[in-house]
Amino acid sequence: MDVFQVIGPVMIGPSSSHTAGAVRLGRLGRAILVGEPREAEFLLHGSFARTYRGHGTDRALVAGLLGFDVDDERVRRALDLARERGLKVSFEERDLGEVHPNSVLMVIKGEDRGVKVLGSSLGGAQVVVTRIDDFAVEITGQLPTLVAAYQDRPGVVAEVTALLADLGINIASMRVSREGRGRRALMIVETDEPVPREVIIGMRAWPVMERVITIDPV
Amino acid sequence: MTRCNCNWKTASELLAEAEKACCSLAQAVVRYQIGLTGQDEGTVRRQMAERLEVMKAAAARGLKGDMVSPSGLIGGGAKLLEAARREGKSLSGGTTARAIALAMAVAEVNACMGRIVAAPTAGSCGILPGVLLSLQEEKGWRDDVLVDGLFTAAGVGIAVGKQASLAGAALGCQAECGVASAMAAAAAVEMAGGTPRQALDAAAIALKGWLGLVCDPVGGLVEIPCVKRNAIGAAHALAAADIALAGVPSFIPLDEVVTAMVQVGRSMPPALRETGEGGVAASPTARALMKGLLERK
Repeated sequence: MDVFQVIGPVMIGPSSSHTAGAVRLGRLGRAILVGEPREAEFLLHGSFARTYRGHGTDRALVAGLLGFDVDDERVRRALDLARERGLKVSFEERDLGEVHPNSVLMVIKGEDRGVKVLGSSLGGAQVVVTRIDDFAVEITGQLPTLVAAYQDRPGVVAEVTALLADLGINIASMRVSREGRGRRALMIVETDEPVPREVIIGMRAWPVMERVITIDPV
Repeated sequence: MTRCNCNWKTASELLAEAEKACCSLAQAVVRYQIGLTGQDEGTVRRQMAERLEVMKAAAARGLKGDMVSPSGLIGGGAKLLEAARREGKSLSGGTTARAIALAMAVAEVNACMGRIVAAPTAGSCGILPGVLLSLQEEKGWRDDVLVDGLFTAAGVGIAVGKQASLAGAALGCQAECGVASAMAAAAAVEMAGGTPRQALDAAAIALKGWLGLVCDPVGGLVEIPCVKRNAIGAAHALAAADIALAGVPSFIPLDEVVTAMVQVGRSMPPALRETGEGGVAASPTARALMKGLLERK
């Protein structure tokens, strides 16, 4: 346990789970979309649904989506700033089923693509994204994260891990899932070092890859 | 200087480290952080000094009294307290009156979506700045002394955090404002020249005074009774520090108080653990306030 876990984090109040955690979820949503969000619908579940106005969870989610950090004074004015920047947002209380009490489904639309991101705030500003579109994932935003959607076939995982090994990049965790045999698959790789941008661009050119993104720690 | 081991898990182990090295708890905690991160002492202290600056800015902001919380219920309390103190109307007076005002100021800034340092949590963020900044004004201490105090406080926070949850949702307010108060009491004692043992005694005395306190936020918001509990917590910490500094020991060591806190917390029903369904949150007035709030939106 780190000294700055008990004297910190520096954050915009009032709640590490309902405000700081919500900013981080919004930031993850922005990173997963890639590009400037134009429209976002937030479906709030459980405690998020009951207390989001009083905790400023709505402003915090939008602030994160705008790319603000957890200690950015603009969090308080995020709803106004979103309007100024042409980002349309809406909030709805929704029972999302068997999920953590502080959960939100973010339906985000960008210029040319949309994404659905389900995330939970676990307390002490810790968060986890558990679903991207129809894929079960586990992204905490604590380490650089590589997300690749690709065609399920033998050898793809080995190619990716070999590439990272050649670069001297250490894998902290890895998760692979697929819609079905030979169909769309998703790989989530958390690394100790960030994967360089040119490597990502190179991977996008692999015929098997549908989409490759990196998520910086939030 | 002897090299400190950074494997301590309890307050008594931290005390043994400090006594073995003939250093303060603050110094032992600085070395703990160096061992954990590999950073040099200057970097570690600078990061803490930055947090002290955020605390000062939050206190100043809160005293202005120009913020309002999203619910519309919180803001301006610290300004009233400070005005009363300046007019000589405070009954507690001196450092305590100023500590109460500053703690409330920071807690109000938190409720109003301002920038604060969680210490150990956002809901209890006013207690440490209230105690440290009021003592600095009273004693004329340099910022370095306060940075040391924050490391002392961190030592207590870590020792408790390794043995218990610091979440109101898990163990009630005793684990948030209670622990913040224990951290502040230990910091005050060491800054004032007390021994590591006296500092941990002050933390134990402070925490004993909070045992059993439930987490009952009205409407689930970090507002009522949280903001005023921060003010009370600062005065409480100063009282505990005075007791320990005078040479009155805590008969029960801090680690055993922490164990008691965990047992008490676990026996609390969920209604009293941050669900907003028990304690003052269940009072008719609280329910009426929240109904009004929902209708307003």
